Amino acid sequence: MSALITCSHVDFGYENHDAVVDLTMEVEEGDYFCVVGVNGSGKSTLVKGLLGLLKPTKGTLAVSEELKKTGIGYLPQQTAAQKDFPATVNEVVLSGALSRRGNRPFYSRREKEMALEAMEKLGIQDLKGRCYRELSGGQQQRTLIARALCAARKMLILDEPITGLDPSAIQDFYGLTRRLNQEGVTIFMVTHDVANVVGQATKILHLRQRPLFFGTPQEYVSTPAGQEFLGGGRQTRKRF
Amino acid sequence: MRLIMEMLSYPFLVRAFVGGILVSLCAALLGVSLVLKRYSMIGDGLSHVSFGALSVAMAVGWAPLPVSILVVVLAAFFLLRITENSKVKSDGAIAMISAVSLAAGIVATSLTTGMTTDVSSYMFGSILAMTPADVKLSAGLSAVVLGLFLFCYNKIFAVTFDENFARATGVNVSLYNILTAVLTAVTIVLGMRMMGAMLISSLTIFPALTSMRLFKSFKGVVLSSGLVAVACFCVGMAGSYRFSTPAGASVVLVNMGAFGIFWLAAKIREVWYGRKK
Repeated sequence: MSALITCSHVDFGYENHDAVVDLTMEVEEGDYFCVVGVNGSGKSTLVKGLLGLLKPTKGTLAVSEELKKTGIGYLPQQTAAQKDFPATVNEVVLSGALSRRGNRPFYSRREKEMALEAMEKLGIQDLKGRCYRELSGGQQQRTLIARALCAARKMLILDEPITGLDPSAIQDFYGLTRRLNQEGVTIFMVTHDVANVVGQATKILHLRQRPLFFGTPQEYVSTPAGQEFLGGGRQTRKRF
Repeated sequence: MRLIMEMLSYPFLVRAFVGGILVSLCAALLGVSLVLKRYSMIGDGLSHVSFGALSVAMAVGWAPLPVSILVVVLAAFFLLRITENSKVKSDGAIAMISAVSLAAGIVATSLTTGMTTDVSSYMFGSILAMTPADVKLSAGLSAVVLGLFLFCYNKIFAVTFDENFARATGVNVSLYNILTAVLTAVTIVLGMRMMGAMLISSLTIFPALTSMRLFKSFKGVVLSSGLVAVACFCVGMAGSYRFSTPAGASVVLVNMGAFGIFWLAAKIREVWYGRKK
């Protein structure tokens, strides 16, 4: 297995404060990588850093040549404005191919085929002409994942993907990500839902500005940080 | 038909028609993006700023058009900045700016010429306002807007639907936002004197909202907005000539009517499909 992204002693931050401090980690091909932590612990900043929207203020961030070529698929948090957006599923998924277009104005047939393929992979090809705002939360999620796959199929970055989904859609979503992961897509997920993720992930990073833990989920459950977050033991009430 | 021929025999009405159609087209296209991004109030705020700038420029004796375009573009930048920075609530800021510029405009005019018909025509518009220079400017503006929508359609969709994703895939989101703001500002200044400061924002908002009743794809909404805007403008102008009503207000009422028709059509379709199932 080769490393797709390597961080060594990386700081990410804005003008006057660092949101992520001294992070050393590696995302390898085929990983199911989960980042957990409370609100404001630097998770979203880390995502921005990996997407290249934020330069590290310290340390080195290395992205493998392979990944640079294919790019990273990204599933951002949903915004309120999207909920009633008039767009067909096809239009949304196709917009994932935008990064390949450069400055050419229209989509080619190949890109349309790729969009169709991504929809088939997620089982939403029947929804192709449906309006995004009429879909259920789970279907909207699938549409956005298809868009991310249309942008890049090597690696997906998912930012708080289960926010706003109902319980059955959440189970659905985890089944889907596991399947994608088995098919060879590297998953990098930021989440609050530690309990569900521990059974799936291959690596866990617990962030509170500094990394509190980085390793396998088996190790994680036995550390104090992990127990605190999983709600086991008496330490639950202690504040982070 | 005779009505239209009769109207077209007046050169100032021809100018009003041509300029108005171009401005409504631009306003409608830009409006789709603004409405979907929840920036509807920006158009309203900018029209007030435009009123203030025009009145002050007139009072001081500067060239009104360049001054107000400059001021409104600056205001558009400022309002977008606020909206991007979520710590400040943009609706409050827009309301404040609207009131202040309106007040500034009124004070400036009353200190110099007094409240004359000029002020009233800024507020509620006048079809006499379109000069040949304005028509040329409108033509230039609509060429830019149409070009933007034709060649950057997919990017506009991506930026409107999901700024974060667009940014991550390497689209220069800020550039598009600034471009939209500048074009909106110019559209509003140009359209304001005909439609009136109080009414111009309806040109940006109505066509998009009307089209969203019926159309489910972004492409459908964009195309329909353009058509609806032009059609409503023409009907409104003809009505205003026929019944001697103010042009701007007539166009707004026709827009309201179109909204009602689309809404009704959507309801009927809903019931129809419901019964089929």
